[in-house]
Amino acid sequence: MTPSNPKLKNRIGESLSGAQIIWESLVREGVEVCFGYPGGAIMPAYDAMIQYPIHHVLTRHEQGASHMADGYARASGQVGVCIATSGPGATNLVTGIATAMLDSIPMVCITGQVPSPLIGSDAFQETDITGCTIPVTKHNYLVTKAEQIAPTIREAFYIARSGRPGPVVVDITKDAQQQSCTFEWNDDEIVLPGYRPDYTPLPDQLAEAVDLIRNAKRPILFSGQGVIKSQATETLLQFIEKTNIPVACTLLGLGGFPATHPRNLGMMGMHGETWVNKAIQDADLIIAVGMRFDDRVTGNLKTYAPGAKKIHIELDPAEINKNVRVDVPIVGDARAVLQELLPHVERCDRPDWLAYIDDLKGNSAVRDIKNLPDLGKLYAAHVIHDLYRFTEGKALVVTDVGQHQMWEAQYYKHDYPRKLITSGGLGTMGFALPAGIGAKFAQPNDSVWVICGDGGFQMTQAELSTCAQEGIKVNVAIINNGFLGMVRQWQEFFFGGRYVATPLRSPDFVKIADAHGLTGLRVEKRSQVEEAVRTAESTEGTVVIDFRVEQEDSVYPMVPAGANLHDMIERPYKPGEQAHNPIFETGEDE
Amino acid sequence: MSQSVKRTFAVFVEDKPGVLNRVASLFRRRSFNIDSLNVGATHEPGVSRMTIVCEADEDTAKRIEANLYKMVNVLWVDDITHKQTISRVLALIKVHCNREQRDEILRICEVFRARAVDMSPDRLTIEITGPQDKVEGLVSVLRPFGILELVQTGAVAMTRGVEKHGLAHPTVPASRSSAA
Repeated sequence: MTPSNPKLKNRIGESLSGAQIIWESLVREGVEVCFGYPGGAIMPAYDAMIQYPIHHVLTRHEQGASHMADGYARASGQVGVCIATSGPGATNLVTGIATAMLDSIPMVCITGQVPSPLIGSDAFQETDITGCTIPVTKHNYLVTKAEQIAPTIREAFYIARSGRPGPVVVDITKDAQQQSCTFEWNDDEIVLPGYRPDYTPLPDQLAEAVDLIRNAKRPILFSGQGVIKSQATETLLQFIEKTNIPVACTLLGLGGFPATHPRNLGMMGMHGETWVNKAIQDADLIIAVGMRFDDRVTGNLKTYAPGAKKIHIELDPAEINKNVRVDVPIVGDARAVLQELLPHVERCDRPDWLAYIDDLKGNSAVRDIKNLPDLGKLYAAHVIHDLYRFTEGKALVVTDVGQHQMWEAQYYKHDYPRKLITSGGLGTMGFALPAGIGAKFAQPNDSVWVICGDGGFQMTQAELSTCAQEGIKVNVAIINNGFLGMVRQWQEFFFGGRYVATPLRSPDFVKIADAHGLTGLRVEKRSQVEEAVRTAESTEGTVVIDFRVEQEDSVYPMVPAGANLHDMIERPYKPGEQAHNPIFETGEDE
Repeated sequence: MSQSVKRTFAVFVEDKPGVLNRVASLFRRRSFNIDSLNVGATHEPGVSRMTIVCEADEDTAKRIEANLYKMVNVLWVDDITHKQTISRVLALIKVHCNREQRDEILRICEVFRARAVDMSPDRLTIEITGPQDKVEGLVSVLRPFGILELVQTGAVAMTRGVEKHGLAHPTVPASRSSAA
């Protein structure tokens, strides 16, 4: 990055403090906003911040800062930055760092550290944060000298954003921030002897893949987050329009291939659609692009896709044969590989296979709760389906973790990449609100909807105060069912219905919003959903909507953890009733 | 899935603080079980060499290699399990030994090309260098005399003859692209 920011004076060659060099470096890396919380060991850096054109967002907890940086990174594709002090400040970042690590999110976390002579003495607010974060970062650094700061921050950004992205922690001692040295900035390409993130696919493997695709009768393509990260959506669309291979998405892959495209089958895995999982089990070829065969998408590995040859297109060689043994591994960037394959694959209509998958849908439409007309009950699926309709599928949706997250994945159809942000790998409750705030800073013109449960919202609801202080607008839809819903569902299915520690008493969320000077709304009937959504969209400032939904609804279909992918629990209904029971008519819009 | 066998990796790393911690942490968190890990300087400044012995099948070995490569401080990884190698451990064995037993134990040492390095009226300290099985052989022969103390290093290993390590090649070594 060149120092293109006109507000930045060229201070190369001047004597600057380490604290100033931190901001000089961040500006040169293109940082415009960072999320953080001050404290003793990072105070010199905060003191110098005021001289630089970077907007700092004061969060209410460092976990919020790391999720905001994460949400910012996911929405923008840029590196997110958070900053905290030593000790508890740094350890509070860790949940957010681990979240970013499991979902491969580029992030740089700057932490203050006690002065270097005190390291190892159990000094006040001392924590070995580089030691703590080795397992949950792509890389990390302890910086003890001012002259190391600029090159280290450059390296940190390079590592965070290149290859398979991930979080990088830069821990900077207080004395390094206070020392002065000559500021130098080297714009040359970074060469790290032990880090070469770019892989070129081998011609043999590409040829083998083309062969397998040509000979496949029942192929299916998996679209993972790698498609979004490598900006392969356009190439993938061309690939699918040529080959007519049906597409199944992972949770983090949603939006990488248009949800409303006729070849898009929907989400796969534990709460994937029945026909998607069955099609996977019946396929003779899987082309997995930018995904990692997580246990939540495979179910029992012994019975997983038994008849399928597998092509795995993946940037990280360590993912090859980790969970599922593949026939043709292609290590490389998803877009580059698809572009290589595109001219060599044949045009194909495959009517038999597509009709077969269509048949697999069977009676799933009548089991779909979305298609129930209004009987006075409010289901979460209604709320999310309506939200999809009234926002015309254009909102940037940020979800938390649990039932609402799965319902969102099922009912909010994402046609565009980077419009769904969710904690997939780590499954971090409390993620949505701060990540939504971060996303709003990245995409100020987007309508940002934070969807969370009553449990997850309360984990980080203090960040409403950040919304109020920053004067930013996100819409928060709390899917309030009075339970820790997903755990309750597991208790119902697998633990004899013993609801241990899942009933949840919540405060009055409308009053909570009000207490922050924000707008709070409550919705108890489906007929009120549209007005609430429209009011939220047109109201200035952050709006919190408390959707009081059915308390004991469950997410269907469901593959129990470790079960065969084709053994799904479907939403119960009585077949005989369908013909004369008008509630099973299909929905008004699809 | 292939069989789990003892595997030896030669791993070249940057000589920086915390690198051993990073590598050990990787093996622990991925549940790769380390039998032994040895680290020391090489002839190239700034480069340390680890010899890691662990039990793994073929797929796991590839994943270990790929995961090691993901670490920024790891320069080059060579799975030398199936290569012609020289592998050595060093052990110091302090054994109970009265005057009558001394000759016999020293003869045993000759057979194993071990040598006595310290002696007191009722004990003898023996140093042995060699492949792991040779050391184990000596230990089992000495056990009846009464072993008082034993310390040994992990293995250090090197390929034989002309095979050279990849640090001479600035570009991506062939084994990386075939890590898949």
